[in-house]
Amino acid sequence: MLEKALSGSNRYWAWIFFLLAVIGVGFIAYMKQLNEGLGITGLSRDVSWGLYIGQFTFLVGVAASAVMLVIPYYLHDFKKFGKIVILGEFLAVSAVIMCVLFIMADMGQPMRVANILLHPTPGSIVFWDVVVLNGYLLLNLIIGWTTLGADRKGVKPPDWVKPLIYLSIPWAVSIHTVTAFLYAGIPGRHFWLTAVMAARFLASAFAGGPALLIILALLVRKFSKFDPGTEAIQAIGKIVTYAMFANVFLLGLEFFTAFYSNIPGHMHPFQYLYAGIDGHDKLVPLMWTSSILAVVALAILVFPNLRRNEGILAFACVALFSSLWIDKGFGLIIGGFVPNMFEGVTEYWPTMLEALITLGVWATGFLLLTVLYKVAIAVREEDAAVEH
Amino acid sequence: MSMNRRQFITVAGISTVLGVGSASVIIGLGKSSLEAAQISPDPRALKAKRWGFVVDVSKLASDEDYRKCIDACHDIHNVPNNPNPMHEVKWIWKDTYEHTFPNVAEDKIMNVELQEKNFLLFCNHCANPACVRVCPTKATFKRKSDGIVMQDMHRCIGCRFCMAACPFGARSFNYVDPRPNIAKEKQNKTFPTRMIGVVEKCTACYERLAIGQQPACAEASNGAIVFGDLEDPDSEIRKLISEKYTIRRKPELGTQPGIYYVIGGGEHA
Amino acid sequence: MYNSGKIIAGLVVFFILATMPFLLNLGKASAKVETSIDTPEINALPVKQCVEPKEFMRSEHMQLLNEWRDQVVRNGNRIYESSNGNQYTISLQNSCMKCHSNKKEFCDKCHNYMAVKPYCWTCHIEPKENKS
Repeated sequence: MLEKALSGSNRYWAWIFFLLAVIGVGFIAYMKQLNEGLGITGLSRDVSWGLYIGQFTFLVGVAASAVMLVIPYYLHDFKKFGKIVILGEFLAVSAVIMCVLFIMADMGQPMRVANILLHPTPGSIVFWDVVVLNGYLLLNLIIGWTTLGADRKGVKPPDWVKPLIYLSIPWAVSIHTVTAFLYAGIPGRHFWLTAVMAARFLASAFAGGPALLIILALLVRKFSKFDPGTEAIQAIGKIVTYAMFANVFLLGLEFFTAFYSNIPGHMHPFQYLYAGIDGHDKLVPLMWTSSILAVVALAILVFPNLRRNEGILAFACVALFSSLWIDKGFGLIIGGFVPNMFEGVTEYWPTMLEALITLGVWATGFLLLTVLYKVAIAVREEDAAVEH
Repeated sequence: MSMNRRQFITVAGISTVLGVGSASVIIGLGKSSLEAAQISPDPRALKAKRWGFVVDVSKLASDEDYRKCIDACHDIHNVPNNPNPMHEVKWIWKDTYEHTFPNVAEDKIMNVELQEKNFLLFCNHCANPACVRVCPTKATFKRKSDGIVMQDMHRCIGCRFCMAACPFGARSFNYVDPRPNIAKEKQNKTFPTRMIGVVEKCTACYERLAIGQQPACAEASNGAIVFGDLEDPDSEIRKLISEKYTIRRKPELGTQPGIYYVIGGGEHA
Repeated sequence: MYNSGKIIAGLVVFFILATMPFLLNLGKASAKVETSIDTPEINALPVKQCVEPKEFMRSEHMQLLNEWRDQVVRNGNRIYESSNGNQYTISLQNSCMKCHSNKKEFCDKCHNYMAVKPYCWTCHIEPKENKS
């Protein structure tokens, strides 16, 4: 099936080469990081994780969100998702690959990464994250490829895929729960030490991932003959709306607990993120942008009439996705490190090289996504041609 | 992971067989003579159930007193003096009361003398270390023999999870190559440096304990830092703790830090 | 098979190219690597022997060093009793390199020949001789 990715329009190839160019630049930047160390980033002794780990966390959510299509289609026999579920599975594959790349980019000694397997440590959450992420990647790759292959031949997928599909549902929940546990079990980081962390992660994942999927589905319709289906897109819009409300609600709970309890350590990270501490306010504009975008997106999504207009829906999804990207891909990590363990403030801002490496990883993910979607679309277009 | 001698010989033996043209070596050496080979601790090594520290800040009067302890440690361990404060590497350092005890410091009307005190901070060698719990490779681990929280720089992959987990900010990461930032004339040729991409911290001078010496900071502190066995009721450190009022950093987190601070001045206990 | 002629010809060319280095050197004597143990410390030894016999050290020193490393850092064992009963302090910088103070003529020579790059020296300080 992969050969379908080798023929395409000029626009397709231009996009591919553009992505390759961005990857190339990111790779050169990474070579510099590999030689000189993570000192080329904006990270410090006090803020020891930043953009890379933020992106990793955010993308685990995007990967997990595929389950929002799998559950309705396979468990509730919601036929409308029949054509689009493959887009979710392939998005998950690309997102997990990006997660792995971001982790590698963040390692001080990436060539020693096999130590995680050579000296397995079940007490460490990272060990389990490696296990569940790789498992999830494999599951989605197998499920996506097999079902699409069967589709192409016009036959039903083989029976052995079904158990794998059912397994992928709790597995998707597990990847984001385990990722939340990376943070939520650390003593002394007040911002992260919250029992609703995993719940918040899942809520934001089930809002952000499907929002991205809506945007992708609309793009697919625009640039190909494959129509993922208006009703399917609308149904995802509903999912996004509910999940985003849940996410904002959970964030509200965090604010309540921090400020009503009035415990300084719990309030400080919020104060830093949304108001600044002693004039240290680098993240304040960003966090407010995130909040405003979230409100705008919800104000649109909550009205079915507005949501039904696909232009407006797309706008709301972009706003929502950006909002969550800032909140989870950036604020969530930095808020855990500021103030530091001595209640001092060291600020963090990514450097140019760090941003280029990050873009390079995103471009790699999009390249993979493009190729996988190209294959899926080609199969769908063939199907459509046969039906007519 | 530890290998016993038999496993070691097996591994050595198998790799020897695989090595081209060295089969004769096993016959000559493998079975009979290597059996005698042994690995053991130095008989001079200091032993304890759980090492800990008492830091009496009343005995640290001048800046010079702090400096002596810090330099003693940083010089023998080749700790680099990185120019960019973001990339700072430190095993032991001086900090204010407010920074040392942020959880109890929010009191504007407290004893001024105490508020203006400085403290010596280093790894607490906790009994329940959060850093060890999160490390995915056991690069940081608690020694079963004496409770020292060790850092194996050979195994560290630089994920920096331990830095996120340590509530005491005791850990430093090598963001840049440390070598150029260690003055040549100061370099301790008997101890390694580190490389980019690994985490380091105070190791309670495990290399000195192994040959019967006290930790460098304690030795240089003129009695301000007392090192001893927290599990031995008759040790000097236990006597100090039972006689004087001591506080530990962030005890509420349950890590059981192993540094007890004596503020001094009036005897509270 | 389509284009079988071209494919087979291509494979033959590839095979020849890939094995060229071996074919050209076939039958020739391979270059020998000579490491030096001519250091004042070694010359002063009554019996010029490392912690284990030469053949063992030559083929197994990496395993030995790895095991030593873990024993010292992880288990606190610093004394090695060798097969002939002598005791040695386990330390790359303070034992191995004390005798082999000629790293360039000893370690590097063979490592370069074998094209291996152990990164011991990014942390462990090499003996003075090499400081230029």
